[in-house]
Amino acid sequence: MSIMDQNGGSVIAMVGKDCVAIASDLRLGNQALGVSSNFQKIFPVTDRIYLGLPGLATDVTTLKERFRFRVNMYTIKEEREIEPETFAHLVSSTLYEHRFGPYFCEPVMAGLSKTPSGGYKPFIAATDLIGCLNFAKDFVVAGTASEKLFGVAEGLWEPDLEPEDLFETISQTLMNAVDRDAYSGWGCVVHVLTKDKVITRTLKGRMD
Amino acid sequence: MASVFSPPGFDFSNQLRNNFMAQKGLPLPKATSTGTTIVGCLFDGGIVLGADTRATEGPIVADKNCEKIHYITESIRCCGAGTAADTEFTTALISSNMELHGLTTGRKPRVVTAMTMLKQMLFRYQGQVGAALVLGGVDSTGPHLFTIAPHGSTDKLPYVTMGSGSLAAMAVFESGWKANMSREAALQLVKDAIAAGIFNDLGSGSNIDACIITASHTEMLRNVEMPNQRVEKERQYGFRRGTTAWKTENVRSLIVNEEITLLGGGDEMDTT
Repeated sequence: MSIMDQNGGSVIAMVGKDCVAIASDLRLGNQALGVSSNFQKIFPVTDRIYLGLPGLATDVTTLKERFRFRVNMYTIKEEREIEPETFAHLVSSTLYEHRFGPYFCEPVMAGLSKTPSGGYKPFIAATDLIGCLNFAKDFVVAGTASEKLFGVAEGLWEPDLEPEDLFETISQTLMNAVDRDAYSGWGCVVHVLTKDKVITRTLKGRMD
Repeated sequence: MASVFSPPGFDFSNQLRNNFMAQKGLPLPKATSTGTTIVGCLFDGGIVLGADTRATEGPIVADKNCEKIHYITESIRCCGAGTAADTEFTTALISSNMELHGLTTGRKPRVVTAMTMLKQMLFRYQGQVGAALVLGGVDSTGPHLFTIAPHGSTDKLPYVTMGSGSLAAMAVFESGWKANMSREAALQLVKDAIAAGIFNDLGSGSNIDACIITASHTEMLRNVEMPNQRVEKERQYGFRRGTTAWKTENVRSLIVNEEITLLGGGDEMDTT
Protein backbone atom coordinates (compact mmCIF):
# COMPACT_ATOMS: atom_id res chain seq x y z
CA MET A 1 0.00 0.00 0.00
CA SER A 2 1.60 3.19 -1.22
CA ILE A 3 0.83 6.81 -0.38
CA MET A 4 -0.42 7.17 -3.95
CA ASP A 5 -3.21 4.65 -3.21
CA GLN A 6 -4.43 6.30 0.01
CA ASN A 7 -7.38 8.18 -1.55
CA GLY A 8 -7.76 6.29 -4.85
CA GLY A 9 -8.70 7.75 -8.22
CA SER A 10 -7.68 7.51 -11.87
CA VAL A 11 -7.45 9.75 -14.93
CA ILE A 12 -7.12 9.03 -18.67
CA ALA A 13 -6.68 11.29 -21.70
CA MET A 14 -7.03 10.36 -25.38
CA VAL A 15 -6.39 11.98 -28.75
CA GLY A 16 -9.04 12.04 -31.48
CA LYS A 17 -9.47 13.76 -34.85
CA ASP A 18 -9.10 17.51 -34.13
CA CYS A 19 -10.28 16.83 -30.58
CA VAL A 20 -9.07 15.45 -27.25
CA ALA A 21 -10.85 13.85 -24.31
CA ILE A 22 -9.94 13.60 -20.65
CA ALA A 23 -11.89 11.55 -18.12
CA SER A 24 -11.67 10.54 -14.47
CA ASP A 25 -13.56 8.74 -11.75
CA LEU A 26 -15.17 10.71 -8.92
CA ARG A 27 -14.17 8.72 -5.83
CA LEU A 28 -12.46 10.06 -2.77
CA GLY A 29 -11.71 7.38 -0.22
CA ASN A 30 -9.77 6.77 2.94
CA GLN A 31 -8.13 3.47 2.02
CA ALA A 32 -11.07 1.04 1.54
CA LEU A 33 -13.70 3.40 2.97
CA GLY A 34 -15.52 5.58 0.45
CA VAL A 35 -15.86 9.22 1.56
CA SER A 36 -17.13 11.20 -1.44
CA SER A 37 -18.60 10.35 -4.84
CA ASN A 38 -18.17 13.86 -6.20
CA PHE A 39 -14.46 14.56 -5.85
CA GLN A 40 -13.38 16.38 -9.00
CA LYS A 41 -9.83 15.57 -10.13
CA ILE A 42 -10.00 17.34 -13.50
CA PHE A 43 -9.68 21.12 -13.60
CA PRO A 44 -9.92 23.61 -16.47
CA VAL A 45 -6.69 25.63 -16.78
CA THR A 46 -7.66 27.72 -19.80
CA ASP A 47 -10.57 27.34 -22.24
CA ARG A 48 -8.54 24.77 -24.16
CA ILE A 49 -6.42 23.05 -21.47
CA TYR A 50 -7.76 20.58 -18.91
CA LEU A 51 -5.59 19.13 -16.14
CA GLY A 52 -6.24 15.85 -14.32
CA LEU A 53 -4.61 15.27 -10.93
CA PRO A 54 -4.93 11.74 -9.52
CA GLY A 55 -3.05 10.89 -6.35
CA LEU A 56 -3.02 11.96 -2.71
CA ALA A 57 -6.08 14.20 -2.28
CA THR A 58 -4.33 16.84 -0.14
CA ASP A 59 -1.75 17.29 -2.90
CA VAL A 60 -4.46 17.34 -5.58
CA THR A 61 -5.95 20.40 -3.89
CA THR A 62 -2.58 22.03 -3.17
CA LEU A 63 -1.28 21.54 -6.71
CA LYS A 64 -4.53 22.75 -8.28
CA GLU A 65 -4.11 26.06 -6.44
CA ARG A 66 -0.36 26.20 -7.14
CA PHE A 67 -0.92 25.78 -10.88
CA ARG A 68 -3.74 28.34 -10.81
CA PHE A 69 -1.32 30.82 -9.22
CA ARG A 70 1.49 30.07 -11.68
CA VAL A 71 -0.78 30.18 -14.75
CA ASN A 72 -2.25 33.51 -13.57
CA MET A 73 1.28 34.94 -13.13
CA TYR A 74 2.19 33.69 -16.63
CA THR A 75 -0.94 35.26 -18.15
CA ILE A 76 -0.24 38.62 -16.49
CA LYS A 77 3.46 38.69 -17.46
CA GLU A 78 3.03 37.44 -21.04
CA GLU A 79 -0.32 39.13 -21.69
CA ARG A 80 -1.58 36.00 -23.46
CA GLU A 81 -3.01 32.60 -22.58
CA ILE A 82 -0.59 29.76 -21.90
CA GLU A 83 -0.16 27.11 -24.62
CA PRO A 84 -0.55 23.41 -23.69
CA GLU A 85 3.13 22.60 -24.46
CA THR A 86 4.27 25.47 -22.22
CA PHE A 87 1.86 24.42 -19.50
CA ALA A 88 3.20 20.85 -19.61
CA HIS A 89 6.70 22.18 -18.92
CA LEU A 90 5.35 24.39 -16.13
CA VAL A 91 3.80 21.31 -14.50
CA SER A 92 7.00 19.32 -15.03
CA SER A 93 9.33 21.91 -13.48
CA THR A 94 6.94 22.59 -10.57
CA LEU A 95 7.05 18.90 -9.68
CA TYR A 96 10.81 18.57 -10.20
CA GLU A 97 11.39 21.47 -7.83
CA HIS A 98 10.07 19.05 -5.23
CA ARG A 99 12.35 16.21 -6.37
CA PHE A 100 13.45 15.38 -2.82
CA GLY A 101 10.07 15.72 -1.10
CA PRO A 102 7.54 15.17 -3.86
CA TYR A 103 3.82 15.86 -4.20
CA PHE A 104 2.10 12.49 -4.58
CA CYS A 105 0.32 13.35 -7.83
CA GLU A 106 0.72 12.19 -11.40
CA PRO A 107 -0.75 14.96 -13.58
CA VAL A 108 -2.41 14.24 -16.93
CA MET A 109 -2.99 17.09 -19.37
CA ALA A 110 -5.23 17.38 -22.42
CA GLY A 111 -5.56 20.41 -24.63
CA LEU A 112 -5.74 21.93 -28.09
CA SER A 113 -2.72 23.98 -29.15
CA LYS A 114 -2.88 26.75 -31.73
CA THR A 115 -1.14 26.11 -35.05
CA PRO A 116 0.46 28.94 -37.10
CA SER A 117 -2.32 28.55 -39.69
CA GLY A 118 -4.95 29.34 -37.05
CA GLY A 119 -6.19 25.79 -36.52
CA TYR A 120 -5.99 23.62 -33.41
CA LYS A 121 -3.82 20.53 -32.85
CA PRO A 122 -4.66 17.91 -30.19
CA PHE A 123 -2.18 17.65 -27.34
CA ILE A 124 -1.93 15.21 -24.43
CA ALA A 125 0.82 14.67 -21.87
CA ALA A 126 1.42 13.06 -18.51
CA THR A 127 4.21 13.25 -15.94
CA ASP A 128 5.30 11.00 -13.08
CA LEU A 129 5.33 12.36 -9.52
CA ILE A 130 8.71 14.09 -9.97
CA GLY A 131 7.90 15.69 -13.32
CA CYS A 132 9.21 13.39 -16.05
CA LEU A 133 7.15 14.34 -19.12
CA ASN A 134 5.55 11.76 -21.37
CA PHE A 135 4.19 13.14 -24.64
CA ALA A 136 2.13 10.38 -26.18
CA LYS A 137 0.44 10.40 -29.56
CA ASP A 138 -2.43 8.11 -28.55
CA PHE A 139 -3.39 8.07 -24.85
CA VAL A 140 -2.00 8.65 -21.36
CA VAL A 141 -3.20 7.23 -18.04
CA ALA A 142 -2.50 7.69 -14.33
CA GLY A 143 -3.85 6.74 -10.92
CA THR A 144 -4.64 3.57 -8.99
CA ALA A 145 -6.27 1.90 -12.03
CA SER A 146 -3.42 2.88 -14.41
CA GLU A 147 -2.37 -0.73 -15.09
CA LYS A 148 -5.89 -1.70 -16.09
CA LEU A 149 -6.34 1.52 -18.08
CA PHE A 150 -3.14 0.79 -20.05
CA GLY A 151 -4.48 -2.62 -21.04
CA VAL A 152 -7.99 -1.58 -22.02
CA ALA A 153 -6.86 1.58 -23.83
CA GLU A 154 -4.23 -0.35 -25.79
CA GLY A 155 -7.00 -2.58 -27.09
CA LEU A 156 -9.76 -0.05 -27.73
CA TRP A 157 -8.04 3.13 -28.90
CA GLU A 158 -7.85 3.78 -32.61
CA PRO A 159 -6.65 6.83 -34.56
CA ASP A 160 -8.80 9.68 -35.92
CA LEU A 161 -11.94 9.22 -33.84
CA GLU A 162 -14.61 11.91 -34.19
CA PRO A 163 -15.62 13.66 -30.91
CA GLU A 164 -18.73 11.51 -30.40
CA ASP A 165 -16.83 8.27 -31.12
CA LEU A 166 -13.95 9.38 -28.90
CA PHE A 167 -16.46 9.92 -26.09
CA GLU A 168 -17.65 6.31 -26.40
CA THR A 169 -14.11 4.90 -26.53
CA ILE A 170 -12.76 6.87 -23.56
CA SER A 171 -15.92 6.24 -21.49
CA GLN A 172 -15.86 2.48 -22.08
CA THR A 173 -12.09 2.34 -21.45
CA LEU A 174 -12.40 4.19 -18.16
CA MET A 175 -15.50 2.41 -16.87
CA ASN A 176 -14.24 -1.10 -17.67
CA ALA A 177 -10.84 -0.43 -16.11
CA VAL A 178 -12.23 1.29 -13.03
CA ASP A 179 -14.73 -1.54 -12.37
CA ARG A 180 -11.73 -3.85 -11.81
CA ASP A 181 -10.04 -1.40 -9.42
CA ALA A 182 -11.28 -1.31 -5.83
CA TYR A 183 -9.87 2.18 -5.19
CA SER A 184 -11.36 3.93 -8.25
CA GLY A 185 -14.96 4.34 -9.37
CA TRP A 186 -18.05 5.82 -7.68
CA GLY A 187 -19.01 7.73 -10.82
CA CYS A 188 -17.12 9.09 -13.82
CA VAL A 189 -16.83 12.41 -15.62
CA VAL A 190 -15.72 12.87 -19.25
CA HIS A 191 -14.66 16.11 -20.98
CA VAL A 192 -14.38 16.22 -24.78
CA LEU A 193 -12.56 19.28 -26.12
CA THR A 194 -13.21 20.39 -29.69
CA LYS A 195 -12.24 23.61 -31.41
CA ASP A 196 -15.53 25.37 -30.65
CA LYS A 197 -16.93 23.64 -27.57
CA VAL A 198 -16.23 21.55 -24.48
CA ILE A 199 -18.72 18.74 -23.78
CA THR A 200 -18.80 17.51 -20.17
CA ARG A 201 -20.80 14.41 -19.30
CA THR A 202 -21.20 12.38 -16.11
CA LEU A 203 -21.55 8.68 -16.75
CA LYS A 204 -23.97 6.10 -15.46
CA GLY A 205 -21.93 3.25 -14.02
CA ARG A 206 -21.45 0.96 -11.04
CA MET A 207 -21.48 2.62 -7.64
CA ASP A 208 -19.83 -0.14 -5.57
CA MET B 1 1.36 37.54 4.70
CA ALA B 2 3.59 34.66 3.71
CA SER B 3 6.21 35.46 1.09
CA VAL B 4 5.48 34.22 -2.43
CA PHE B 5 9.17 34.41 -3.36
CA SER B 6 10.71 31.01 -3.98
CA PRO B 7 14.49 30.71 -4.23
CA PRO B 8 16.02 28.71 -7.10
CA GLY B 9 16.92 25.05 -6.58
CA PHE B 10 15.17 22.17 -4.91
CA ASP B 11 12.33 22.69 -2.43
CA PHE B 12 12.43 20.39 0.60
CA SER B 13 9.24 21.68 2.27
CA ASN B 14 7.34 18.39 1.84
CA GLN B 15 10.09 16.26 3.39
CA LEU B 16 8.87 16.43 6.99
CA ARG B 17 5.38 15.33 5.98
CA ASN B 18 6.62 12.65 3.56
CA ASN B 19 9.05 11.16 6.10
CA PHE B 20 6.21 11.07 8.63
CA MET B 21 4.04 9.13 6.17
CA ALA B 22 6.93 6.79 5.33
CA GLN B 23 7.39 6.18 9.06
CA LYS B 24 3.71 5.18 9.27
CA GLY B 25 4.60 2.32 6.94
CA LEU B 26 3.50 3.80 3.60
CA PRO B 27 6.36 3.21 1.14
CA LEU B 28 7.36 6.02 -1.24
CA PRO B 29 6.14 5.36 -4.79
CA LYS B 30 8.54 4.67 -7.67
CA ALA B 31 9.40 7.32 -10.25
CA THR B 32 9.65 6.62 -13.98
CA SER B 33 12.99 5.11 -14.81
CA THR B 34 14.52 4.50 -18.16
CA GLY B 35 15.42 0.78 -17.86
CA THR B 36 17.48 1.50 -20.89
CA THR B 37 20.27 0.44 -23.16
CA ILE B 38 22.51 3.37 -24.11
CA VAL B 39 25.80 3.13 -25.94
CA GLY B 40 28.54 5.21 -27.52
CA CYS B 41 31.23 4.28 -30.02
CA LEU B 42 34.28 6.08 -31.32
CA PHE B 43 35.11 5.90 -35.04
CA ASP B 44 37.56 7.49 -37.48
CA GLY B 45 36.33 11.09 -37.45
CA GLY B 46 33.69 11.18 -34.74
CA ILE B 47 31.26 9.57 -32.35
CA VAL B 48 28.10 7.47 -32.72
CA LEU B 49 25.64 7.47 -29.83
CA GLY B 50 22.74 5.03 -29.57
CA ALA B 51 19.70 4.45 -27.36
CA ASP B 52 16.52 2.40 -27.14
CA THR B 53 13.16 4.17 -26.63
CA ARG B 54 11.42 2.41 -23.73
CA ALA B 55 10.54 4.10 -20.41
CA THR B 56 9.37 1.90 -17.54
CA GLU B 57 7.54 2.35 -14.23
CA GLY B 58 8.37 -0.84 -12.34
CA PRO B 59 7.09 -3.64 -14.59
CA ILE B 60 4.88 -1.30 -16.68
CA VAL B 61 6.00 0.22 -19.99
CA ALA B 62 5.20 3.92 -19.41
CA ASP B 63 6.36 5.29 -22.78
CA LYS B 64 6.95 3.20 -25.90
CA ASN B 65 8.82 5.81 -27.88
CA CYS B 66 10.67 8.29 -25.62
CA GLU B 67 13.82 10.20 -26.53
CA LYS B 68 16.95 9.38 -24.55
CA ILE B 69 19.56 11.22 -26.60
CA HIS B 70 19.59 14.73 -25.15
CA TYR B 71 20.95 17.92 -26.71
CA ILE B 72 23.92 19.51 -24.90
CA THR B 73 25.40 21.72 -27.64
CA GLU B 74 25.39 21.54 -31.44
CA SER B 75 28.30 19.03 -31.45
CA ILE B 76 27.80 17.40 -28.03
CA ARG B 77 24.97 15.01 -27.12
CA CYS B 78 24.23 12.97 -24.00
CA CYS B 79 22.36 9.68 -23.54
CA GLY B 80 20.58 9.22 -20.22
CA ALA B 81 19.73 6.15 -18.14
CA GLY B 82 18.34 5.86 -14.61
CA THR B 83 15.63 8.08 -13.11
CA ALA B 84 14.00 9.62 -16.18
CA ALA B 85 13.23 13.03 -14.64
CA ASP B 86 16.82 13.33 -13.35
CA THR B 87 18.43 12.63 -16.74
CA GLU B 88 16.00 15.06 -18.39
CA PHE B 89 16.58 17.96 -16.01
CA THR B 90 20.32 17.40 -15.44
CA THR B 91 21.08 17.44 -19.17
CA ALA B 92 18.78 20.45 -19.72
CA LEU B 93 20.57 22.39 -16.95
CA ILE B 94 24.05 21.55 -18.24
CA SER B 95 22.98 22.32 -21.82
CA SER B 96 21.85 25.76 -20.66
CA ASN B 97 25.11 26.35 -18.76
CA MET B 98 27.17 25.19 -21.77
CA GLU B 99 25.38 27.70 -24.01
CA LEU B 100 26.19 30.50 -21.54
CA HIS B 101 29.78 29.23 -21.23
CA GLY B 102 30.19 29.33 -25.00
CA LEU B 103 28.85 32.89 -25.08
CA THR B 104 31.17 34.16 -22.29
CA THR B 105 34.33 32.49 -23.62
CA GLY B 106 33.56 33.14 -27.28
CA ARG B 107 34.75 29.63 -28.15
CA LYS B 108 33.04 26.40 -29.05
CA PRO B 109 32.60 24.61 -25.70
CA ARG B 110 34.52 21.35 -25.21
CA VAL B 111 33.25 17.89 -24.29
CA VAL B 112 35.45 17.77 -21.14
CA THR B 113 33.73 20.96 -19.96
CA ALA B 114 30.31 19.30 -20.19
CA MET B 115 31.72 16.18 -18.55
CA THR B 116 33.19 18.19 -15.65
CA MET B 117 29.97 20.18 -15.14
CA LEU B 118 27.93 16.96 -15.10
CA LYS B 119 30.23 15.03 -12.74
CA GLN B 120 30.52 17.94 -10.33
CA MET B 121 26.76 18.30 -10.17
CA LEU B 122 26.17 14.55 -9.73
CA PHE B 123 28.91 14.29 -7.07
CA ARG B 124 27.39 17.23 -5.17
CA TYR B 125 24.13 15.27 -4.88
CA GLN B 126 25.95 12.12 -3.67
CA GLY B 127 24.12 9.79 -6.06
CA GLN B 128 20.68 11.05 -4.99
CA VAL B 129 20.22 12.48 -8.50
CA GLY B 130 20.00 9.14 -10.26
CA ALA B 131 21.43 9.91 -13.69
CA ALA B 132 23.76 7.48 -15.50
CA LEU B 133 25.02 9.18 -18.64
CA VAL B 134 26.93 8.53 -21.86
CA LEU B 135 28.40 11.79 -23.10
CA GLY B 136 29.87 12.15 -26.57
CA GLY B 137 30.94 14.93 -28.88
CA VAL B 138 33.54 16.51 -31.10
CA ASP B 139 35.47 19.71 -30.26
CA SER B 140 38.74 21.43 -31.21
CA THR B 141 40.70 18.63 -29.52
CA GLY B 142 38.94 15.85 -31.45
CA PRO B 143 36.20 13.32 -30.66
CA HIS B 144 35.61 12.32 -27.02
CA LEU B 145 33.43 9.71 -25.37
CA PHE B 146 32.66 9.48 -21.62
CA THR B 147 30.42 7.66 -19.20
CA ILE B 148 29.29 9.42 -16.03
CA ALA B 149 27.94 7.31 -13.14
CA PRO B 150 25.26 8.66 -10.74
CA HIS B 151 27.86 9.27 -7.98
CA GLY B 152 30.01 11.38 -10.30
CA SER B 153 32.78 9.05 -11.42
CA THR B 154 33.76 9.13 -15.08
CA ASP B 155 35.40 6.90 -17.67
CA LYS B 156 36.95 7.80 -21.02
CA LEU B 157 36.82 4.84 -23.41
CA PRO B 158 36.58 4.13 -27.15
CA TYR B 159 33.29 2.21 -26.72
CA VAL B 160 30.89 2.39 -23.78
CA THR B 161 27.50 1.06 -22.66
CA MET B 162 25.19 1.97 -19.77
CA GLY B 163 21.80 1.09 -18.30
CA SER B 164 20.15 -2.26 -17.57
CA GLY B 165 20.96 -3.48 -21.10
CA SER B 166 24.63 -2.56 -20.80
CA LEU B 167 25.78 -6.18 -20.53
CA ALA B 168 23.96 -7.27 -23.69
CA ALA B 169 25.25 -4.24 -25.57
CA MET B 170 28.82 -4.61 -24.27
CA ALA B 171 28.88 -8.25 -25.43
CA VAL B 172 28.26 -7.00 -28.98
CA PHE B 173 30.95 -4.32 -28.66
CA GLU B 174 33.52 -6.71 -27.23
CA SER B 175 33.09 -9.13 -30.12
CA GLY B 176 32.64 -6.64 -32.95
CA TRP B 177 34.61 -3.48 -32.14
CA LYS B 178 37.77 -2.64 -34.09
CA ALA B 179 40.05 0.39 -33.97
CA ASN B 180 39.58 3.06 -36.68
CA MET B 181 36.21 1.87 -37.92
CA SER B 182 34.38 3.65 -40.73
CA ARG B 183 31.28 5.74 -40.03
CA GLU B 184 28.99 3.09 -41.56
CA ALA B 185 30.61 0.21 -39.64
CA ALA B 186 30.37 2.14 -36.36
CA LEU B 187 26.68 2.97 -36.93
CA GLN B 188 25.93 -0.68 -37.71
CA LEU B 189 27.76 -1.84 -34.56
CA VAL B 190 25.84 0.67 -32.43
CA LYS B 191 22.54 -0.48 -33.97
CA ASP B 192 23.45 -4.12 -33.25
CA ALA B 193 24.40 -3.28 -29.66
CA ILE B 194 21.09 -1.47 -29.01
CA ALA B 195 19.17 -4.30 -30.71
CA ALA B 196 20.89 -6.76 -28.35
CA GLY B 197 19.62 -4.65 -25.43
CA ILE B 198 16.11 -4.32 -26.88
CA PHE B 199 15.67 -8.06 -27.41
CA ASN B 200 17.57 -9.47 -24.41
CA ASP B 201 16.91 -6.92 -21.65
CA LEU B 202 13.35 -6.48 -20.34
CA GLY B 203 14.04 -2.89 -19.27
CA SER B 204 14.81 -1.90 -22.87
CA GLY B 205 12.58 -2.09 -25.91
CA SER B 206 10.82 -0.55 -28.94
CA ASN B 207 12.96 1.41 -31.42
CA ILE B 208 16.58 2.44 -32.02
CA ASP B 209 17.70 6.07 -31.88
CA ALA B 210 21.19 7.02 -33.05
CA CYS B 211 23.25 10.18 -33.36
CA ILE B 212 26.37 10.63 -35.47
CA ILE B 213 28.61 13.52 -34.48
CA THR B 214 31.54 14.66 -36.65
CA ALA B 215 33.58 17.88 -36.59
CA SER B 216 31.45 19.54 -39.26
CA HIS B 217 28.03 17.99 -38.80
CA THR B 218 25.68 16.35 -36.27
CA GLU B 219 23.10 13.94 -37.59
CA MET B 220 20.27 12.91 -35.26
CA LEU B 221 18.75 9.66 -36.49
CA ARG B 222 15.47 9.39 -34.59
CA ASN B 223 13.98 5.89 -34.88
CA VAL B 224 16.59 4.68 -37.44
CA GLU B 225 15.36 1.17 -36.92
CA MET B 226 11.83 0.21 -35.82
CA PRO B 227 11.99 -3.55 -35.27
CA ASN B 228 8.92 -3.67 -33.03
CA GLN B 229 6.17 -2.04 -35.08
CA ARG B 230 2.71 -3.15 -34.03
CA VAL B 231 0.83 -5.08 -36.71
CA GLU B 232 -2.34 -3.39 -37.87
CA LYS B 233 -5.48 -4.42 -36.03
CA GLU B 234 -7.57 -6.84 -38.06
CA ARG B 235 -10.84 -5.35 -36.87
CA GLN B 236 -12.21 -2.03 -35.71
CA TYR B 237 -12.98 -1.84 -32.02
CA GLY B 238 -15.04 1.36 -32.06
CA PHE B 239 -18.34 1.49 -30.18
CA ARG B 240 -21.68 2.36 -31.73
CA ARG B 241 -22.71 5.88 -30.75
CA GLY B 242 -25.03 5.83 -27.75
CA THR B 243 -23.37 2.79 -26.14
CA THR B 244 -22.45 4.69 -22.99
CA ALA B 245 -25.31 5.83 -20.78
CA TRP B 246 -24.77 9.27 -19.26
CA LYS B 247 -26.62 11.20 -16.59
CA THR B 248 -25.85 14.86 -17.14
CA GLU B 249 -24.45 16.88 -20.00
CA ASN B 250 -22.96 20.35 -20.04
CA VAL B 251 -21.79 22.03 -23.24
CA ARG B 252 -19.51 25.02 -22.88
CA SER B 253 -19.39 27.00 -26.13
CA LEU B 254 -16.04 28.63 -26.90
CA ILE B 255 -17.46 30.79 -29.67
CA VAL B 256 -17.91 34.39 -28.63
CA ASN B 257 -21.13 35.84 -30.00
CA GLU B 258 -21.27 39.60 -30.25
CA GLU B 259 -24.46 41.37 -31.08
CA ILE B 260 -24.57 45.11 -31.61
CA THR B 261 -27.77 46.79 -30.57
CA LEU B 262 -28.16 50.31 -31.91
CA LEU B 263 -29.53 52.84 -29.49
CA GLY B 264 -31.72 55.70 -30.60
CA GLY B 265 -33.55 56.03 -33.91
CA GLY B 266 -30.66 55.78 -36.34
CA ASP B 267 -29.45 59.36 -35.85
CA GLU B 268 -26.03 58.24 -34.53
CA MET B 269 -22.88 59.94 -35.74
CA ASP B 270 -21.35 58.19 -38.74
CA THR B 271 -18.06 56.71 -37.42
CA THR B 272 -17.13 54.54 -40.40
